[in-house]
Amino acid sequence: MAAMAAALRGLGGRFRWRTPAVAGGVRGAAQGAVGQWDYDLLVIGGGSGGLACAKEAAQLGRKVAVVDYVEPSPRGTRWGLGGTCVNVGCIPKKLMHQAALLGGLIRDAPHYGWEVAQPVPHDWRKMAEAVQNHVKSLNWGHRVQLHDRKVKYFNVKAGFVDEHTVRGVAKGGKEILLSADHIVIATGGRPRYPAHIEGALEYGITSDDIFWLKESPGKTLVVGASYVALECAGFLTGIGLDTTVMMRSIPLRGFDQQMSSLVTEHMASHGTRFLRGCTPSQVRRLPDGQLQVTWEDHTTGKEGTGTFNTVLWAVGRVPDTRSLNLEKAGVDTSPSTQKILVDSREATSVPHIYAIGDVVEGRPELTPTAVMAGRLLAQRLFGGSSDLMDYDKVPTTVFTPLEYGCVGLSEEEAVARHGQERVEVYHAHYKPLEFTVPGRDASQCYVKMVCLREPPQLVLGLHFLGPNAGEVTQGFALGIKCGASYVQVMQTVGIHPTCSEEVVKLRISKRSGLDPTVTGC
Amino acid sequence: KSSKSPKSPGPGKAGDAPNRRPGHVRGARVASPPERRARLASPGPSSSSEAREELRRRLLGLIERGGVVIFSKSYCPHSTRVKELFSSLGAECYVLELDQVDDGAKIQEVLLEITNQKTVPNIFVNKVHVGGCDQTFQAYQSGLLQKLLHEDSAYDYDLIVIGGGSGGLSCAKEAAILGKKVMVLDFVVPSPQGTSWGLGGTCVNVGCVPKKLMHQAALLGQALHDSRKFGWEYNQQVTHNWETMTKAIQNHIRSLNFGYGLSLREKAVAYVNSYGEFVEHHKIKATNKKGQETYYTAAQFVIATGERPRYLGIQGDKEYCITSDDLFSLPYCPGKTLVVGASYVALECAGFLAGFGLDVTVMVRSILLRGFDQEMAEKVGSYMEQHGVRFLWKFIPVMVQQLEKGSPGKLKVLAKSTEGTETIEEVYNTVLLAIGRDSCTRKIGLEKIGVKINEKSGKIPVNDVEQTSVPYVYAVGDILEGKPELTPVAIQSGKLLARRLFGASLEKCDYINVPTTVFTPLEYGCCGLSEEKAIEVYKKENLEIYHTLFWPLEWTVAGRENNTCYAKIICNKFDHDRVIGFHILGPNAGEVTQGFAAAMKCGLTKQLLDDTIGIHPTCGEVFTTLEITKSSGLDITQKGC
Repeated sequence: MAAMAAALRGLGGRFRWRTPAVAGGVRGAAQGAVGQWDYDLLVIGGGSGGLACAKEAAQLGRKVAVVDYVEPSPRGTRWGLGGTCVNVGCIPKKLMHQAALLGGLIRDAPHYGWEVAQPVPHDWRKMAEAVQNHVKSLNWGHRVQLHDRKVKYFNVKAGFVDEHTVRGVAKGGKEILLSADHIVIATGGRPRYPAHIEGALEYGITSDDIFWLKESPGKTLVVGASYVALECAGFLTGIGLDTTVMMRSIPLRGFDQQMSSLVTEHMASHGTRFLRGCTPSQVRRLPDGQLQVTWEDHTTGKEGTGTFNTVLWAVGRVPDTRSLNLEKAGVDTSPSTQKILVDSREATSVPHIYAIGDVVEGRPELTPTAVMAGRLLAQRLFGGSSDLMDYDKVPTTVFTPLEYGCVGLSEEEAVARHGQERVEVYHAHYKPLEFTVPGRDASQCYVKMVCLREPPQLVLGLHFLGPNAGEVTQGFALGIKCGASYVQVMQTVGIHPTCSEEVVKLRISKRSGLDPTVTGC
Repeated sequence: KSSKSPKSPGPGKAGDAPNRRPGHVRGARVASPPERRARLASPGPSSSSEAREELRRRLLGLIERGGVVIFSKSYCPHSTRVKELFSSLGAECYVLELDQVDDGAKIQEVLLEITNQKTVPNIFVNKVHVGGCDQTFQAYQSGLLQKLLHEDSAYDYDLIVIGGGSGGLSCAKEAAILGKKVMVLDFVVPSPQGTSWGLGGTCVNVGCVPKKLMHQAALLGQALHDSRKFGWEYNQQVTHNWETMTKAIQNHIRSLNFGYGLSLREKAVAYVNSYGEFVEHHKIKATNKKGQETYYTAAQFVIATGERPRYLGIQGDKEYCITSDDLFSLPYCPGKTLVVGASYVALECAGFLAGFGLDVTVMVRSILLRGFDQEMAEKVGSYMEQHGVRFLWKFIPVMVQQLEKGSPGKLKVLAKSTEGTETIEEVYNTVLLAIGRDSCTRKIGLEKIGVKINEKSGKIPVNDVEQTSVPYVYAVGDILEGKPELTPVAIQSGKLLARRLFGASLEKCDYINVPTTVFTPLEYGCCGLSEEKAIEVYKKENLEIYHTLFWPLEWTVAGRENNTCYAKIICNKFDHDRVIGFHILGPNAGEVTQGFAAAMKCGLTKQLLDDTIGIHPTCGEVFTTLEITKSSGLDITQKGC
C-alpha cells in the first residue's frame, strides 16, 4: 500500500519520500561501517538549519554529531541549544511583539464593553521571565529530540583541524577531536557592534541581550533600521517604554520602500521617535548610570545629544566564522562579508564540507529557509535525493507593530527587472473591521500586488501591511509559487469579514490614478 | 472589463451622466476562464430537449435586454457591414460571434425557431427582430432603424433589483456603472420582536459585521486574560458591559448603512425603501412603510431578497424568543441564554455570549455544523464545551413560557428528547433560535409571473448564469438553490451578472472551492471538500489525508492548551496529490485560509506545499510541514517542548 502510494506520488514529479519519525526501521542502524571517520555527518552549529540537517540525516540511518557552543555576548548573555531563532530571534521577539499587541488590545477593550481601568501598567520582569521560561523549555525540547534520534551532542566550541577533523573545546577547556565524512557548517551570525564609536561595546547591548534582560531596559535608543531594529523598537514602544530609533538612511533596506515607509510612519504615529539621517559618535555613562549618546545629524550638520537607559545596536549581523579556522580546511569565504561561499548544492570550496543558514553568502537569513535547506541537504547526502533548495519567492513577515508580510519582488525590483511599462501594481488602503469600534487609525493598512502588465498578469510580488500579516501572506505565497495570475487571484472568493479578503478584491491599479481607499464592504 | 472601479468613481464623477459603454463590444470575447471556449449554454441539462429549452431561454434573455443584439460570424462580410453601420450610428451593440462559441450551431437552430431566419447576421433592436443585413440597411434607409434605436425603452428602468443586501447592491451598482438606469427596492420587515434596520442586508446589519465584532469583543476577553501572563498588570475583576459594546457596534452599522445609501446616490441608482412584489410581467408594486403603493416597470429584474431566521412553530416562540435578527441590537444583556440549533449562527452566537461570561446552553437536535467536515465540527464543539458552553444533545424545545417580564425577563423552556420520552424544563433569561433560515421568496408575487421556486425550501433554482425560469428575471445571493450562502459569493455573482447583462463579459460566477470561516471561539476556516464529501466523491482509498495538531506560539506563554488547534488537508492521490480539501482550526483561521484558497484556485498540490517555505512563527506555516497521514494512524499530539 505504502509502496503503491509512493509510486503514485512519483507520477507527480519530485516527491520526497520521508520516513515518518516513529516508523523507525532503518533509524539508528548505521548503514555499513562509518569507515575511517567517527561520524557520517558532523554539524557545527545547533541552530534551526543545523538541527534540521542533523535530525534528517539521523532519520536516514546515519551516525551524526552536532557541536554547539554559545560564545557569551559582550554583556555576558548566553543561552541554550537551538540557535538564534529560538533564543534571541523569532521566538522571543514574536512573544514580546505579542505582549505589545496585547497592550493595544487592552486599550481597545473598553470600546468593546470590557471595563478595564486605564492605563494598565506593564511589568517587564514578569514578561521576560515567562518568555525566557518558554525558550528554556524549547532548549530542552531540542536536547530531547537529538537524544531520541540518537544524534550525539557536544557543547563545545569547534574549529577545523583539517578538512575531515574538528577540534572541540568545552567550557572547562577540555578538548576533543571529532572526524566525519561530511561536515555541515551552520554557525549562523551574531549582531554587529559598530567599530569606531567610543563606548559602543562597553555600554551598548544587542538583540543577543534584550530578550534576556531581567530588568526593563527603560528609555531606549535603538540604533539601526533593519527589521531587527524596527521590531525591537516596536515592541518596546508597545509595552510603554520611551523608545527612539536612530537611522542613518532608509528603513528596511532590500524591502519594498513604499511599504517600509508606511511601517515607520505607523510606528511614529504610535509613539516611537525617529532620528533620521543621524549616526551616533559616542556613548558615555553618566554618574547616575544613564547613558549619554552624542550623534551627528547629517541633514543639519549639527551635533545632538540625549540620555537613555539603554542603547541597543541593531546595525546588522556578522557571520560566526572567525573561530572556525576555515583556512585549515580550505573553505573559502567572501572577503567582504566573511560569509561562506557555496554552490546550489550548499557545497563549499571543499566538496564534502557544506554550509547552510545565515552563515552563507547570498541566502535569505530566515529560519524556515535554513530548516528546509538543512533537510534537503541531508536527503541529498544520505537519502538518494537530488532536490535542490529553491531560494526564490521566499515569503517573510516583519513583526513591527503593524505587521508587514511579503513574498516575491518589491515594486522597485519588479520595475528594475521588467521595466515600468511592463509592470502593473494593484493596491488598496483598507480598514480592518476590528479597527472600527475602537476608532483605530488605519492610515497605514495597505496591500499591493505587483504583477506583469501583460495578460494573464502573472503575480510577481505581494505586499501586505496590517494585522496578522504573516498568517495572511503564507497561503498567497503558495499561490505565487504556483504561478498565480492576477486573474486567478481575483477569481478567488473572499472570506468575509477578514483583512486577507482585501487581497482578492484588489481592483485599482496605480497606473489608473484612482483613489485606492476601500469603502463599504 | 470596465476600467472603472465599482467602489470608487473618479473624482468629480458624482452627479455626472452615467457613462455609456463604447460603441462596439463583442460578446464572444471571453474574460475567463482563458483556457476554455465560451459557451452560451451550460453543459448541464442532460436531455437534448431540456438543453434546447435552456438555450432558448438564454437567447430570449439576451434579446429581452433591449438595445442592439447582433448574432454574427466573425468572418462574415455582411455581419461586418452591419456592425459598421451601428457603429457609425453611435449605437452600442451586443455581438455574439457564433463561430467563436462552442454551441454556435445550436444557437443558429434555435434562432431559426424564434425568427424563422437561419442566416447571419441576425439582428434585434430593442427586442424587435429587424432581420438580416439587407433588411437592416432597408430599415436604415427608411428611417425605421433610427426610430427603433431612439425609441425610449417602454420600461421605467433597465433593471430593478429587489433586495438591498450584499448581492443586490453589488449588482445594482455595477449595472449603473455600465450606464444603465437602475432601481433598488429594499424593505426590512420587522422581526416578530420588532427589530428593524437600514440598507445593506443581512451581512451588514444582522450578520457577518456585528457577529465578527462581537466575536472580537469575546476574543478581547481572552486577550485580557492572556495579557497578565505577558506582564500587563491589573488586579480588578474585569466585567463586560453589553450596552457599551452594542452601542458602539450599532453606531458602526449605521455608518455603513449611510455609506451604502451614499454610494447608490453617487452612482445614480434610484433607492426606494419599499416592499417589492411582482404584479404582472415586467411590473412591480412597491409598498412603503405608510402603505402607499407605487408601480414600476423594468426590462429586467434581479431578485436578491435573501433569507430570514426560521421559527420553531411551537407555543411561545414568536412571542418570547429572539433570533440573530434581534440579538445584535438587543438593548440589554441577554443573561442566561439558551441557543437552539447547531448551525454556524448558533455556535458563533453561543461562543461570543459565553466569551462575555454569560451562562450559555446550546440545544442540539442532531449534529453540529451540518454540511461542514464533521471531524472539525466536533472539535469546534469540544473546544466550546471546554470553555464553558453547555451542550444539551438530542433535545428539541416544545414550549416556551414567560415567567417574568423584564430586560431580560425569565422564560421557562420545556424540551423533549429526540430519542425517548424524556423531557427537561429549565429557566433562562433569553432563548435564541438559530435553527436555520427561510428564503424570502413566497410573498413577492413570483407566482404572478411564473418564476419557479422549490416549493419545499422556497429557494429559486437558476442556471449557471443566475437566470430563473422566466428569462428576464435573475436571482443572486442566499435565495439561490444549492449555492453557498455567503456575502462575498453574492457580491461576486451580483457583479458578474451585471457585467454579463450589460457589459461585454461572459464570465460566470465560479461556485467551486469557495473558502469560508466559522467565527467560533476557536475559528474554523475551510476551502474545498469536507472529508466525508471527499470520500463520497473520490473513495477513501484514492485519498491521502495529512493532518497535525499544533500549538500557536502566542498560546504557550499564555498557558493555553496544547493539542487543540488542528490542521488537515485532503489530497487526491490520482491527481498528483492535488489538495481538494483544506481545514484549519485555530486563531485567525479566516486570515490563514484566504491565501490557501487562492492557491487552490491555481491547482495546489501536496508537493507545492512541501516546497513552499513557511513564515516563522505563524500558524499558517504548519501547512508547509505536514508529514503525518491519517491512514498511517501515527500520533499527531505535540509532546510539548
